[in-house]
Amino acid sequence: MILSKILKNTLLVLTTCIVLSACATKKEIATDIKGSMQGDVYTGTDTVKYLAEGVPDRVFFATNESILTTASRETLRAQAAWLRKNSGINVVLEGHADERGTREYNLALGERRANAAKDYLMTYGISSDRITVLSYGKERPVDSGSNPLSWSKNRRSVTVKAN
Amino acid sequence: MIKKIITLFLILIPINSHALIEVDITRGNLDPLPLAVSPLSIDEESRKSFQKVLKKENIGEEISTIVENNLSTSGLFNPLSKEAFLQAPDIANLKPRFEDWKLIKAQALITGKVNFMDDKLRVEFRLWDVLAAKEMMALAFTTVPTNWRRVGHIISDKVYERLTGEKGYFDTRIIYVAEEGPKTQRLKKLAIMDQDGFNNKFLTLGNELVLTPRFNPTSQMVTYLSYFKNLPRVYLLDIETGTQEVVGDFPGMTFAPRFSPDGKKIIMSFAKDGKSDIYTMDLENRIVERITNHPSIDTSPSYSPDGKYITFNSDRSGYQQIYIMKSDGSDVKRISFGNGLYGTPVWSPRGDLIAFTKLHKGKFYIGVMRTDGKGERLLTENYYQEAPSWSPNGRVLIFYRETKTNDKGEGFTAKLWSIDLTGYNERKIKTPTDASDPSWSSLLSN
Repeated sequence: MILSKILKNTLLVLTTCIVLSACATKKEIATDIKGSMQGDVYTGTDTVKYLAEGVPDRVFFATNESILTTASRETLRAQAAWLRKNSGINVVLEGHADERGTREYNLALGERRANAAKDYLMTYGISSDRITVLSYGKERPVDSGSNPLSWSKNRRSVTVKAN
Repeated sequence: MIKKIITLFLILIPINSHALIEVDITRGNLDPLPLAVSPLSIDEESRKSFQKVLKKENIGEEISTIVENNLSTSGLFNPLSKEAFLQAPDIANLKPRFEDWKLIKAQALITGKVNFMDDKLRVEFRLWDVLAAKEMMALAFTTVPTNWRRVGHIISDKVYERLTGEKGYFDTRIIYVAEEGPKTQRLKKLAIMDQDGFNNKFLTLGNELVLTPRFNPTSQMVTYLSYFKNLPRVYLLDIETGTQEVVGDFPGMTFAPRFSPDGKKIIMSFAKDGKSDIYTMDLENRIVERITNHPSIDTSPSYSPDGKYITFNSDRSGYQQIYIMKSDGSDVKRISFGNGLYGTPVWSPRGDLIAFTKLHKGKFYIGVMRTDGKGERLLTENYYQEAPSWSPNGRVLIFYRETKTNDKGEGFTAKLWSIDLTGYNERKIKTPTDASDPSWSSLLSN
């Protein structure tokens, strides 16, 4: 009787352990994605390059959106400050979309995203003569994965030195 | 190059028959019509001449095989195995022994012969109604030997038309984008091929990104998007001469081009300052007209066959949806109201339907709706597919499909597929490389 109770309790503890550990793994994965995505906007850095120290070259967008996030605006302000200091450098803003949209619409969406970045740079004192916009639509993904995280890395506007 | 190099003389040999067999192409045909394609008979001298010129052992058999394959891929016909044929090709062409063909359950029979005459290829062929024991059609024509594949396609078209009452779509070509290389650095070239995948030819070298080629109504010109010098612009390409020119003088990206049904204008999108609007350019006087003016993305325009209306997609409602308007840009009306996003509307050559791509709950669909947006029918569902293009008779859609990659981002492919308007007969189209953005030509012979 007692033995069976002990056994039963052990079993219970064991099952709880299994359930808990399963939970932990699940949670871990979830936080991992969360760590590099907010909503469905990419917030990680693994594909990001730098124009100069502390000046990331790209900003990311939500699905079908061209609205700049707080983080994007911060990046673009850093780019604007750097461009003001380096007045001889012109840039191309390359707008991109993920693979989950029709080709032609994505070309327009890439153009709209790059223009959102351009407008912001202009409000921080960068002349439009120094900025060219180029949309690649979904033609040049950085990540070839077919999952929400990969798509979020591909929805971007990248500031590239033109000279 | 397409129409001009073929000197085609269609000579009607007197016909005296009544349409007894009929094939219904308006619904999914699960019971294709059994028919026999007897190899075109050929005399020994002609056979040798063609062998010398075309390097083909027996051109009569080759042409028959084209006819067989075309009729079979249409899904409406079931060509019977030649092994069961009891009558020799030359005798069958003179006068079929209908009992023999009835025995193998053929309802229709195609016979014919091919000759080498004055360095030309001369073909005559006949279509027979086996059950009624009657001739339904007889035609003969002459062309240069190198056009032998087209001869097979023309015979297929004539048979299709006689048996279904509608024009065929076999003597046609597909222009598309050939793709190679990793997904992040795709190399893209314009390519053209016969509808059945033969005679594939690359039209650009792959030095710059090219997208969305579309034929003009005579299928001699193509409009497409090229990233030449990193300036995405709409171009015009003359397939015959290889001449290319940029369309219009726009201070920014132009894209999503198509011809007007009379071939005189190109309609396209022009993107500037984050908005894309629809414009036309007259190819004769170069006059550019603005058709839409809205802060949204307006793109993928396509004319109705009478040129009076334009369908396009716009996100002016907040999401990508399909609209129609008059060709001057007035009377804009949204027509897609189902769940999900709608794009790439293309007006059918018959005028009554619009084909589209739909994205709903993470799946992509190719579908059709009436021009008032009613009667939506989804033909096929997949991970990713888009950009339907109509066969010239409006019975088949060609589109491209991309695969999902695995965890490592590998396994990406892009292929051309076709499906009947009925939703049946889905087929992968064989291409030498990966392929996307297909556009179907008009019928080349007519």
